[in-house]
Amino acid sequence: MMLLQAPHYAQQSMIDPAGTKAGAINDFWHFLIVTASIVTAIVFITLFIALAKRRRPADPEAPGEQRSLTRWVTGSVAVTLVIIVVFLFMDFRLGRAIATPPQRTPLRVNVIGHQWWWEFQYPDSATPGNWISTANELHIPVGRPVILRMSARDVIHSFWVPNLSGKKDLIPGHDTETWIEADSAGIYRGQCAEFCGLQHAKMALLVIAEPERQFEQWALGARGAALAPADSTAKAGEQVFLTGGCSVCHAIGGTMAGGTVGPNLTHFGSRLTIAAASLPNTKGNLGGWIVDPQRIKPGSFMPPNALEPDQLEALLAYLEGLK
Amino acid sequence: MTTATARVETIAQPELDVELDAVWRSRPGFIGWLMSTDHKSIGKRYVATAFIFFCLAGLEAATMRAQLSRPENGLLGPDTYNQVFTMHGTTMMFLFAVPVMIGIGLYLVPLMIGARNVAFPRANAMGYWVYLIGGLLIYSGFFVNSGPDAGWFAYVPLAGPQFSPGKRVDIWAQMITFTEIAALVASVVQITTIFKLRAPGMSLNRVPILVWTTLVVQFMIMFAMPSVATASLFLAMDRLISTHFFNPAEGGDALLWQHRFWFFGHPEVYIMFLPGPGIISSLLPAFTRRPVFGYPALVLAVIATGFIAFGLWVHHMFATPLPQLGQSFFTAASALVAIPNGIQIFCWIATIWSGRPIFRTPLLFTIGSIIIFVIGGMTGVMIASVPFDSQVHDTYFIVAHFHYVILGGVVFPLFAGFYYWWPKVTGRLLSEAAGKWNFWLMFIGVNATFFPMHQLGMEGMPRRVYTYLAGTGWGDLNLVASIGALVIFSSVVVFLGNVIWSLRHGQIAGANPWNADSLEWATSSPPPSYNFRDTPVVGGRAPVWESGGELPVMTGLARDRQQVLLTTVLDAEPDSRHDHPGHTIWPFILAVTIGIFFIVLIFTPWGMPIGTVLGFIAYARYVWPKKRHDPSIIELPRSVPPAEVPR
Repeated sequence: MMLLQAPHYAQQSMIDPAGTKAGAINDFWHFLIVTASIVTAIVFITLFIALAKRRRPADPEAPGEQRSLTRWVTGSVAVTLVIIVVFLFMDFRLGRAIATPPQRTPLRVNVIGHQWWWEFQYPDSATPGNWISTANELHIPVGRPVILRMSARDVIHSFWVPNLSGKKDLIPGHDTETWIEADSAGIYRGQCAEFCGLQHAKMALLVIAEPERQFEQWALGARGAALAPADSTAKAGEQVFLTGGCSVCHAIGGTMAGGTVGPNLTHFGSRLTIAAASLPNTKGNLGGWIVDPQRIKPGSFMPPNALEPDQLEALLAYLEGLK
Repeated sequence: MTTATARVETIAQPELDVELDAVWRSRPGFIGWLMSTDHKSIGKRYVATAFIFFCLAGLEAATMRAQLSRPENGLLGPDTYNQVFTMHGTTMMFLFAVPVMIGIGLYLVPLMIGARNVAFPRANAMGYWVYLIGGLLIYSGFFVNSGPDAGWFAYVPLAGPQFSPGKRVDIWAQMITFTEIAALVASVVQITTIFKLRAPGMSLNRVPILVWTTLVVQFMIMFAMPSVATASLFLAMDRLISTHFFNPAEGGDALLWQHRFWFFGHPEVYIMFLPGPGIISSLLPAFTRRPVFGYPALVLAVIATGFIAFGLWVHHMFATPLPQLGQSFFTAASALVAIPNGIQIFCWIATIWSGRPIFRTPLLFTIGSIIIFVIGGMTGVMIASVPFDSQVHDTYFIVAHFHYVILGGVVFPLFAGFYYWWPKVTGRLLSEAAGKWNFWLMFIGVNATFFPMHQLGMEGMPRRVYTYLAGTGWGDLNLVASIGALVIFSSVVVFLGNVIWSLRHGQIAGANPWNADSLEWATSSPPPSYNFRDTPVVGGRAPVWESGGELPVMTGLARDRQQVLLTTVLDAEPDSRHDHPGHTIWPFILAVTIGIFFIVLIFTPWGMPIGTVLGFIAYARYVWPKKRHDPSIIELPRSVPPAEVPR
């Protein structure tokens, strides 16, 4: 029953920060909005007084009048300049502070942007041939900086999880890097921020921040091969997957399926969402997605699959079993 | 009706008027319409065409707002939505904001500086036709489902041959070429006009501020356009003949496009925006009954903005990999542009403070402009910060920011200027009552539409999304924004109604209905084909007010052919007389051959040879020397002094 609901995540927002960088930027935002409000209020009040006041100089161009106006305008420009200099000083200080992650052992994750989904790889020198490869859901430990090394396979995308950090573009031909750190456990939603074609709107992701121990547990499981099908229905589903064309694009660790065009599905059953965090991962949603992806994400590169009802049933059982 | 203009009108010289009109007026009939090289006709065509594009782009915006009014709405699919938002941005930037300001400048500048026409009137006419062809091209594509869909910024590789097959982006790139040609032609025309055709005595420190902003903008066009011209050429070559300027797999670079595009794109923002403050500075005297305060400061602020505008482009790229020191430079430049803009606002407030405000529609739109522009300026300084921008970049916060800036800096001044100069153009005033409705609906609608978008952006809503999920919680504020868009729509309807009503029923304006100070008000409304019977001579910044009723004039220009007076660049001393070629069809034909060149090129390389041959023929005919009874430039003796008029 729980799974029928959308996964519960914090309101996607830069002013509800849950990460080191977003927190520092949010503090700066408070300075900005207070200063800007005061300046705006002064300008508007002056303007309204100028429009409404009753006493008017007889000769606005009299030397005395001009001198007093010049003094006021010059003073206003000087104050503006001071505000700008303070702003620049605070901005540069903030920029330096969040440019590099704190000196703690960081986790490194490769982020690869595809039209229209996210690939996450966890490089691990201990098991070079067996990196975790997952899609659209980025698991990170709380309180530990995560360095994201980012590249794009096709067009420019932009990685953005507002509760944790500002955005950084993924650009074909340029590897980019950014870092994030969550200071409390939770699920944070993010979305591609650079227009990337038809399904730019539905290229979302979830960052799942867990305490270190839970994260390690997840990583251990994620590093392993897929679970073998539990029953005969799932077994039949595996056959549908391997022979029905799915494996051309999708990989499942421990089987013959090795496609790299679409997301790796090795532990698909443990994901909260499908279709780049567009839909909760329920049996009904998944069935609808497999049969007619174009209805949910028109333009998606996943083709429709005309499966017999029992084939579909078996396939769903198999995929949902890939915990 | 000041005594000044009344007096000018009463100098009865009917036979001179008839002679001049015979020489200057456009030929009758449709062909005559195509032949016209009158700056007033060309200016009006620019403004009317740009206004049609403004309405089309507004309808596109309304469609987008309808789609986004609730989550997961099914009104538009992603393919249509992407075309619609690309067309909205492209139209507003390339087919509305820049051309409408070019058109206003072309209409007003010669009148404001006391000239008979612009310099290079044939090139001027050609520029308009090229602009029109570009606009027709892209809308033809849009209506047959080949509208561009890669954004008005057309980032590669998405806009490249691999990810945007078909003709959509090709049509976009060629439309850019057309608008570049038109803008560059207009800049040559306007710079020459302002430097050489000013009335005697109108030294550079007496030029109306709108003319100053026009001059600065035209120089900016000259330096900014070549960047996007080469960029769109490279893009077209990548797409049509498989070069690899932007293909990283073959050593090209995707960021090269962004640098070239924004090196043009940011100055473009100021190219759109600077005429707005020019309009405000020029109409404020009439509605505060005093000359605008701080003329030298205003002029220097406009020039400073023109320079700083070229040092800001990287703030569109703060999410790309850049060294921190380099970013700091662009942050500083982006924040410092607030200073010249602040100077302008402070000077306007000082003008109102010491003047006697008259609350007519142009002043209302001016006040609205200041309020909206200040809000946009505040968020503008905020997003100069790299860390803050890393959050709001490419979100609805930015959408809110630049709509505040452009509506406050371009659209509100434009409406102010429209209500102000409409009686000069048509001879009839627009309705004040409808004008007030127009203003309040626009002011409320703009704030209702765009203010909530700040919050939406901070809540994570990216730009250019055709839909959003219900779980994001963005539905309510989007609905408010969509209702606001309806209010803006109704405001534009009121405006259109007012325009149509006024053509028949508007109060007759007379030469100077606002009792204003600059030269365009010294001639009748609408102005005669030759603008001024005799060249006015200027002794100050407010010639109509200062002349105290009797505008001094200078005679001696030919009556039997189109002849203009050239003056010196700095002091506007009479220099020589110059014959104009008169009305001709060849600019139109040359524009058509340019159209053939670029449009056929989209489909086959044959466009190049065919277009070149046709263009050569048209151009040869265009510049073919005519027999004249005397040389076209007549040196004047330098001893003719500019008349000094006592204040």
